[in-house]
Amino acid sequence: MRDRSVIYTGLAVFLALATFPAWHNLSAHVTAKGPDLRLPAAAKQCVAPVAYMRTSHMNFLIDWREKVVRSGSRDFTADDGAHYKMSLTPTCLEQCHGSKADFCDRCHNYAAVAPPCWNCHVDSKLARPTQAAAVQPALRSAQ
Amino acid sequence: MILSRKAFLRLSGVSLLAVAARKVKSAISGTRWAMAIDVDKCLKQENCTKCSAACNQAHNVPAIPQSGRDVRWIWKDSFEHAFPGQEDQYSSLRAAPAMVLCNHCDNPPCVRVCPTQATWKRDDGIVAMDFHRCIGCRYCMAACPYGSRSFNWMDPRPYIKNQNPEFPTRTKGVVEKCNFCSERLAVGKSPVCVEACPEKALVFGNLADPRSPIRELLSTRRHTRRRPELGTGPGVFYIL
Repeated sequence: MRDRSVIYTGLAVFLALATFPAWHNLSAHVTAKGPDLRLPAAAKQCVAPVAYMRTSHMNFLIDWREKVVRSGSRDFTADDGAHYKMSLTPTCLEQCHGSKADFCDRCHNYAAVAPPCWNCHVDSKLARPTQAAAVQPALRSAQ
Repeated sequence: MILSRKAFLRLSGVSLLAVAARKVKSAISGTRWAMAIDVDKCLKQENCTKCSAACNQAHNVPAIPQSGRDVRWIWKDSFEHAFPGQEDQYSSLRAAPAMVLCNHCDNPPCVRVCPTQATWKRDDGIVAMDFHRCIGCRYCMAACPYGSRSFNWMDPRPYIKNQNPEFPTRTKGVVEKCNFCSERLAVGKSPVCVEACPEKALVFGNLADPRSPIRELLSTRRHTRRRPELGTGPGVFYIL
């Protein structure tokens, strides 16, 4: 039993490594609870049923994109007969969801996905208040 | 679903007829958007850039100060740049820089070279762009004889003063150009530059309609286009 210390040290190291994910998550306060979305206050009905939007909003939005950009049709009629302008910022964001940070980002961050939609489409919440502050330093550094 | 031979042939016939009817319809009631720029009227107000300013605001065009990195949709260019090869020494075009923009050609070379079909010609004559599909290869920029296209060498957002949430910005690595305000045409408005011009020097209309104001203007006034000898069929006319 001269190897006892080596064996126990090895076991301890093994246990520490094997349980690393568990205590790492504990220390980072990760829970199994899903993302906490802030739902639109005014609108009660999305452009399509919630279950469908939850699983397939990306396909739905790509469909909108193709219709608007490639075939030039901009009006969408929902199942309940309501008409919507097919547009990400003016319709989805400004008409209902309000804030990208409180809705899109919470789920996307939870699922660790980074869709590039907002690289071009404008988050109106961000665009308006910070413009003066953001533009000036950038222009100065570029000159 | 089991389709009998007879039903299949009937369906095919109906589909072919529908396609033919659509072609005939678009040929009869066709639209060909175009623009005429009255050079004398444009020159009335010296140093006026209201059309460019309105366009830049509407389409989130960044104001990048470095030359060669700037992004332009409608801008002023010198006679030598805008009308190379034009020998007319006393042309009124020589008087001052002309407003230039994408010509929305009949036969656009940029469309022919685009490997992803990110740019294509719509039925109404507009050379449209799908920024989502652009991979930034810049073939279109090499192909365009008018220099109408700009490349985003950097993130344009810091250079946009008042972002218009109605229209997307672009991102680094994407080519852009004038879209003849297709987003405004879709809701029955005329292009924003046309509306912004204080002298009404820009006339926008449907070339396919013989009674449209632009056709009347073109049939009564002498006009020219940029480099018509190339056979691209530009859709922007300069009234002399």
